[in-house]
Amino acid sequence: MLKLKQISESPNHILRVQGEIDASNSVQLDEAMQEAIQTGTKSILVDCLGLEYISSAGLGVFMSYLEDFKEEGISFKIYGLSEKVFEVFKILGLDQLIPIFTDKEAALAS
Amino acid sequence: MNNVIKLYCQTASLAELRKFLQEKLEESAISDALQLQLILAVEEVCANLIIHSHHCNQSEHISVQVSQSESRIIFEIRDQGDSFNLLEYDTPKIKQVVGEKRKGGIGIILVKKIMDEIKFSAVGKTNICQLIKKI
Repeated sequence: MLKLKQISESPNHILRVQGEIDASNSVQLDEAMQEAIQTGTKSILVDCLGLEYISSAGLGVFMSYLEDFKEEGISFKIYGLSEKVFEVFKILGLDQLIPIFTDKEAALAS
Repeated sequence: MNNVIKLYCQTASLAELRKFLQEKLEESAISDALQLQLILAVEEVCANLIIHSHHCNQSEHISVQVSQSESRIIFEIRDQGDSFNLLEYDTPKIKQVVGEKRKGGIGIILVKKIMDEIKFSAVGKTNICQLIKKI
C-alpha cells in the first residue's frame, strides 16, 4: 500500500511518501515526482518518515530525475528514512548522490 | 511448516512474497536491517522474472522456497519461463544509470551486493536460481 501526498510550503515543495514502493506501484511515485516538478518549485523535499520499504523500482524513479535536477538547478533532498531503509540507499551509494537528512528541520537548515 | 510460496506472475504478487519472507525470516535471529535486505534481493529476482521472463502473464507462476541452516539461508526460485541468468548480465555503474536517466538496471546490483552466492541451474524446462546468504 502506497500513499503519496503533495504539500506546498512555498518556496519548498514536499512530497510525502508512506507505505511500500515496489514494481507494482512505482509508476505512481514517478507521476507524483513529475507533479512536484511541474509546480515550478526550485526545492523538492521527499518526506519518507512513513516509508516502510522501497525496491529498485522506486529507487530508480528518484535516480532518474537527479540529472534533470542538476541541469535545472532544483534542490532535491530526502528526509526521515528509517535506519533499515537508509541501509538500502547506502548499499547502492545513493547516500553519496542524494542529500539525505534525519528530519525536515535538518533538511531545511542545510 | 510450509516453506514454499507459489506466486502468479503479476506485480501485485510481490507484496504477498514480502509477507511470506517476513514470516520465514522472523523465525531466525537475523537483524531487521538484514531481513529487509534479503527480502529486497529475493523480490528483485522475482520481479525480473515476473516482468521480463513472464511478461506479467497471470496464468503462469514462479515458486520461492526458503531453507535455513545454522550457517546459511537459501532462497530457491523456480520458474519455467525464458531463462534469465543475472550473472550473465553486465551490471551497470550507479553513476552511469543516473547519467542516462534510467529507471531500471539497479535491482541486479542490489542482489549481487546483498547475497553471498548466486547459482543458476536448469532441470528440464525448470530454471532454478539459488540465492545464498551466510548467517
